[in-house]
Amino acid sequence: MSTQPAILPKDEAAAEGKVNVQINGKWYRFPKGTRIADACNSVGAHVPCFCYHPKLSIAGSCRMCLVEQGMPPRLAPGAEPVYNADGYQTISWMPRAVIACANTVAENMGIRTDSPLTQDARRGVLEFLLTNHPLDCPICDQAGECKLQEYTADYGRGTHRFTEAKIKKGKNISIGERVNMDQERCVLCRRCVRFMKEIVGEEVLGVVGRGGHNAIACHPGKRLDSNYSLNTTDLCPVGALTSKDFRFKMRVWFLKSTPTIDVNCGTGTNINIWTREQQVYRITPRQNDEVNSCWMPDNHRLNYKYINADTRLLHPLVRTDAEAPQRKAAMAPTLNMVSTQISKCDADQLAVVASARMTNEELYLTRQLVDMLGITKYDVVPRKGESDNMLIAEDRNPNTTGSKLILGRDGSGLQNIFDGVRSGAIRALIVLNEDVVAAGLSADDLKGLDYLLCVSHNVDGTTPHADVVLPGSTFAEKYGTMINVTGRIQRLNRAIEPPGKAMDTWEILRYLLVRFGCDNEMITACPSARHLFDLLAGEYEPLQGLTWGAIGNQGRQVIETGVTIPLIEREKAKK
Amino acid sequence: MSEITYLPGHEPHPRETRRIFRNIDRAGYNPSIDCFLADGGYETLKKAIQMKPEDVIAEVKKSGLRGRGGAGFPTGVKWTFIPKGNTKPVYLVCNCDESEPGTFKDRFVVHQDPHQLIEGLVIACYAVQAHFAVIYMREEFPEGAKIVRQAIREAEEHGFLGQNILGSGFDLKLILHRGAGAYICGEETGLINSIEGVRPYPRIKPPFFPAAIGLYGCPTIVNNVESLCQVRQVMMRGAEAYAAEGAQRSPGTRIIGVSGDVKRPGYYEIVSGSMTYGELLYDVCGGPRDGRKFKAIIPGGASAKVMRCDEVLKAKNPDGSVKEMSVFDIPLDLDSIAQHGSMSGSGGVIVMDDSRSMPKMLNNLNRFFAWESCGQCTPCREGNPWMYKLSTRICEGKGAPEDVDLLKSVADNICGRTVCAFGEACSWPTQAFTTKFQEEFLALTKPINAAKPHNPETAAAQKFLTRED
Repeated sequence: MSTQPAILPKDEAAAEGKVNVQINGKWYRFPKGTRIADACNSVGAHVPCFCYHPKLSIAGSCRMCLVEQGMPPRLAPGAEPVYNADGYQTISWMPRAVIACANTVAENMGIRTDSPLTQDARRGVLEFLLTNHPLDCPICDQAGECKLQEYTADYGRGTHRFTEAKIKKGKNISIGERVNMDQERCVLCRRCVRFMKEIVGEEVLGVVGRGGHNAIACHPGKRLDSNYSLNTTDLCPVGALTSKDFRFKMRVWFLKSTPTIDVNCGTGTNINIWTREQQVYRITPRQNDEVNSCWMPDNHRLNYKYINADTRLLHPLVRTDAEAPQRKAAMAPTLNMVSTQISKCDADQLAVVASARMTNEELYLTRQLVDMLGITKYDVVPRKGESDNMLIAEDRNPNTTGSKLILGRDGSGLQNIFDGVRSGAIRALIVLNEDVVAAGLSADDLKGLDYLLCVSHNVDGTTPHADVVLPGSTFAEKYGTMINVTGRIQRLNRAIEPPGKAMDTWEILRYLLVRFGCDNEMITACPSARHLFDLLAGEYEPLQGLTWGAIGNQGRQVIETGVTIPLIEREKAKK
Repeated sequence: MSEITYLPGHEPHPRETRRIFRNIDRAGYNPSIDCFLADGGYETLKKAIQMKPEDVIAEVKKSGLRGRGGAGFPTGVKWTFIPKGNTKPVYLVCNCDESEPGTFKDRFVVHQDPHQLIEGLVIACYAVQAHFAVIYMREEFPEGAKIVRQAIREAEEHGFLGQNILGSGFDLKLILHRGAGAYICGEETGLINSIEGVRPYPRIKPPFFPAAIGLYGCPTIVNNVESLCQVRQVMMRGAEAYAAEGAQRSPGTRIIGVSGDVKRPGYYEIVSGSMTYGELLYDVCGGPRDGRKFKAIIPGGASAKVMRCDEVLKAKNPDGSVKEMSVFDIPLDLDSIAQHGSMSGSGGVIVMDDSRSMPKMLNNLNRFFAWESCGQCTPCREGNPWMYKLSTRICEGKGAPEDVDLLKSVADNICGRTVCAFGEACSWPTQAFTTKFQEEFLALTKPINAAKPHNPETAAAQKFLTRED
């Protein structure tokens, strides 16, 4: 009989609400209810999965995650368990592998991911998946981020044993406005089916055919046209579902991904921007369980074309005479000219239309500008829409909360400014990252102004009427922070450089402040948006003590707004 | 009881004991309730419904009755798996999706004597306190469905179903649900999904029994038709009398369906363990056809492993010494044949004589399994068509000797890695046929075929890959 420790590990673990699990010979502790797959992956014992997705129900059908599992032997009635010197019971291994996605860990459970049984099961299942797969990686869009490809590298035989005719299924099927399907590449994990049913709540996709002829298809009379349809292409572990927007555009291994946030609504969906050589190729959602789970709406995802569009402003544009056309100009002289021209304006007749699409740092400098010039008429453009009861917020501005905090404006005073423009009370207008024509002013209203300065990234309705246009940056080119509708501060990261002579908006504002004679060195010598954030954090109470690094890629809750994101609420309620 | 006469040509063999099949092919008997009542029908229900439900369960447990669907799980024990303190409704489902090739026992019950099923079912429902029950009948029984529907109506009219059955205060609604023709619907969780109206993909285990989470998430008991009829027998004759009859670990009678190359194929109800396979095939079924010899037996429906008739099996005598025997010496109960690597399953015995080609037999089975795989999980979905294509190729003489090993290896990769027991069901025949009749497979192959392209696709690919200049 071996001696056993005074306090058994199982009691220690139970006190923490955890269980002891042996993975590949080493003992670990996991919270009760942890899935075997998650437990193994968290300690580096990789478990390959196709059908398992933490946000969807368990299907357990791909059988790729089979692992060898063992438990202490069942005791005869009246027998006492025997513990070894380390305080564990011996594990009796089961002859049958179990799936790691559907089963949870238990006290004194043993898992082997490197045993012959496990490896054999994985090789066998992988070989089956490849039998009817078209093996068209060279022309498949998923290549490079394909689970089947990765696992084939890990568990593939290298040679084919299947020499029969393959089962033919549908190819290049347009199942929705934005999604294409290849049934032959499909591994039938049914992630897309479960996503549409469980997350979107529309039963659009299903399985048809029997046995080897199983295929994913739309229900009769339905199409995959949901505004969340492109999430199925992210979920698809293989190249069966591909985005019509992205397919055949670029090999994914050439792309660089930058974690940032979406600016199309107040939710601030976490995203990755995929770029190559200053060109944005696609946007995919990034997991943040407090903001967007793993999903994002299609219309937001596809709203990136303007970044590399021909309408981008690459140079400052200056109009020297009322009737003259706008001409390209250099940056420094234009900034000098602008500061001189604005200094001449009467502060009472000068108004600023800023944007709740600007970052906190840009808004902070806007604040400095209006305070310095004594401007009292300033506001942002409000954007309201309907919430889709999923991720899209009613507020279509990404940073209204930040604008309220820093600028003290939420868009309610914009009409007063517009009225002032129309009545002639306002003679000069500074428009920052906004299109006031789209917001309600007419071209004639703008012609009545003495002076119009625009900072904008693309040609829009307002820029043709401006006396000076300064080229700004899009969200993909910015560093900065924004506060979403729920009061969570999140970071934007630069994925590409601003094109041409375009500049970060905060930099343009800083140059103007320098020229207006700002004497705060922290601002005039500020080298980056990150330093501006430090200033912000010192000045505004909710941001007190926060640093750029502390915000991280997942953001920080800073303000209680009482607004919630319906999809996230549902997800939390499910737990 | 009065002497029973059977239709000419359908008289039971003297070694049979007709209990479940007492009224099958009986002269002057029809499926109406009048015949059944005249034969003492629903008397057992009247007795059982006076007892406490727990006592009925205890009685069935005590009888040692084991399920007749194929797995042989003790019926009474299954009933006790309903969680304690359950507040959800309990459902009972009768599995009448008899689709295992070689099995044809339940069809006689539902076609000729449906009331004994209903009586057994009401007793079972009373025991587990289910107030809603479903008979899930396969699509291939259109006449059976009509007969059972009529029987349900009659039972309702007579107060054996519906509200306040026989004044006991027990209510039961029984409906008939038709399948759409799929083998997988006989798997109990696939069957439950089919009733729910979703694709009949079997559910992942655990839970191992739908008694915990079944139909619409509620505790559900799934019992085979014959099992429910046996429940009636247990209650009619008493647990002790029932347990005393037949093999110790599988008491009661069993219905054996013999098909294939015997002189008198058909159904036989025998006392479990009262005879051996040899006695069944030679004495009861009349032996092989003239001039033929038995070659192989599939002892329990298509998915059971095939047994070679000239195979020498080793078994232990009670004193520990080893005796040599053949498959014909194995007793016909639920467990004996399992010791020799096969199973007695649902009682469908398929017999093949020396005129049969084993690769072709296997190919036939593989075709069935490839068609019936539901396609939910990878090994079964992809492995079955592969096995079918391989065995077809071997049968066509286009196989190489390596293909036989490959065929076995594919089966090994399916077995034990699937969601449901279909994985075993489809791979066991291939494993057994290729191991036990390897020489027949090899005889069909030619080494030269290994290098030859054997389908147009591969031929085209090879042409493309090899330069002919």
